[in-house]
Amino acid sequence: MSTSTVEPVTSGADRGDDRIGSTLPRVMRSEWTKLTSVRSTGWTLLALVAATIGLGILASWGTNHGWPQMSAEDRARFDPVSTSLSGLSLGQLAIAVLGVLVVSAEYSTGGIRTTLTTVPNRMRLLTAKVLVFTSLSFVIGLITSFAAFYAGQPWFSKRGIGATLGQPGVLRAVIGGGLYVAASGLFGLAIGVLLRHTAGSITIAIATLFVLAPLTQLLPGAWGKAIVRYFTSNAGQQIAYTHQHGNYLTPWVGFGVYCLWWAVPLALGAWLMQRRDA
Amino acid sequence: MIEVRGLTKRFGSTLAVDNLSFDVPPGVVTGFLGPNGAGKTTTMRILLGLDRPTAGRALVDGRPYAQSRAPMREVGALLDAKDVNGGRTARKHLLALAQSNGIGRRRVDEVLELVGLQTVAGKRIKNFSLGMSQRLGIAAAMLGNPGVLVFDEPVNGLDPEGILWIRNFMRALASEGRTVLVSSHLMSEMAQTADRLVVIGRGKLIAEGSTDDFIARGSSNHVRARSPQQSRLAALLAERGVESSEVDGYLELRGMTCAEVGDLAAANQITIHELFEERASLEDAFMELTRDSVEYESHAPLPGQFAAPPDGPVRSSTEATR
Repeated sequence: MSTSTVEPVTSGADRGDDRIGSTLPRVMRSEWTKLTSVRSTGWTLLALVAATIGLGILASWGTNHGWPQMSAEDRARFDPVSTSLSGLSLGQLAIAVLGVLVVSAEYSTGGIRTTLTTVPNRMRLLTAKVLVFTSLSFVIGLITSFAAFYAGQPWFSKRGIGATLGQPGVLRAVIGGGLYVAASGLFGLAIGVLLRHTAGSITIAIATLFVLAPLTQLLPGAWGKAIVRYFTSNAGQQIAYTHQHGNYLTPWVGFGVYCLWWAVPLALGAWLMQRRDA
Repeated sequence: MIEVRGLTKRFGSTLAVDNLSFDVPPGVVTGFLGPNGAGKTTTMRILLGLDRPTAGRALVDGRPYAQSRAPMREVGALLDAKDVNGGRTARKHLLALAQSNGIGRRRVDEVLELVGLQTVAGKRIKNFSLGMSQRLGIAAAMLGNPGVLVFDEPVNGLDPEGILWIRNFMRALASEGRTVLVSSHLMSEMAQTADRLVVIGRGKLIAEGSTDDFIARGSSNHVRARSPQQSRLAALLAERGVESSEVDGYLELRGMTCAEVGDLAAANQITIHELFEERASLEDAFMELTRDSVEYESHAPLPGQFAAPPDGPVRSSTEATR
């Protein structure tokens, strides 16, 4: 800290170095460094993995334990895959929080002004953030989903009610668990782009995915049923189920609807980001 | 080269920048001077593409900065040293910035060394003092070795050694032919750093030109003399058409140099105890210039309520002349 003379200012990179410039792959590398160099990333991903696998084991153990007392109707509705993946209902919150932070932490720390000074192309920056974060959350989500599946099935296979990847719809549901994690992360990211405020964005993301989704069951009538069917996680989680009950959407339609839940706010957030002062 | 043309920025009912036009040429340090709230930061933010102007434009090398394909090679900026994620280490912070423009790891180590932070590169930024954060911000600005540098109040919160370092640093950058724009609300600081001044108040341009011109125009120079035969000296001066008056026990006059007054006294065998030229301080000149454009004006304090400000009027002429 005692450098009081200045000499080698022009050392190193030559001025007018043509190799220097901002491109999408370069901004993605930068976003990867940013994502992996803060502690919150490790903590939220650990929460995703631990909550999804842990809760899945708990639910599988409990279902196996209560099997003798279960009614025939409940047994008919039993889905060994979605039971082992039921921890996703908590895991989705961890990845949504990380999605919010990917954007909102830039605004709450003021880092966005430094970032945009070095990458003034805002859509390039947002695209890089979306691609890097979605890749990471999909890979981690996929590994977690397979781990939760394999951790849950031993409880059922003893009774001969377990699932294997070769059965119809099972592989799709387990891969779907990874897709669901990625989409939930994007939902958080989209809310973050829209609101730019950490606490508010996390509150809205958790309320929408975790609190309001089950509460929609209380709505009366046909339109109430429609809202249940199309509401965020109610629609999205069908991709991780092997069979659907009457009221719910089919796996891919449900997942498509869930993607609209993040795509619309993300598009709106991008439009605002282009116009707002940083 | 920075060109600002008819720049206007309105926040609700307040006009932060009001039809502002000025140039920042390469090769010299241009001081961007104005009281707090004058619109300096807003102007710089628009220049860097962070804010959208209500009207007008700010161009870097003839184009809006936001359209640059190699942003970090064109412009290096330090707006607020605390605009970083404190959870990251200094090296990772710089690396992420460098990677976004395809700048290599070696350059990260170079700029860390350039600002003297190499020993704390692995520490998280939130543990940095303001002075260290300022150095880190300068390191970030230097990553792309840019031709244009923009610094917003870079000496704020720095110790004297840090201030001297930044001052020399900016002068070195300008001497290499770069364009350097640095803002401050302290005239005395700018007088020691800037070759050119752009003075604004309430978002409007007040003055633009060389620092020397500004000093000459803004200050009222006069000569003060003390002598046991003060009234005789006054009479002799009056014979030569030079008016003088007694201030604080001194004879104060304009229109003659110290040498001329000394010669006159010697020729008439008048004893001189003190004789010096006094320049009104630059701070006075600046306040005179921006008097009507200070946003939050304090009213005259009661006598003795405040001690003399550290950079208030100074009698010696050394500060004013750099």
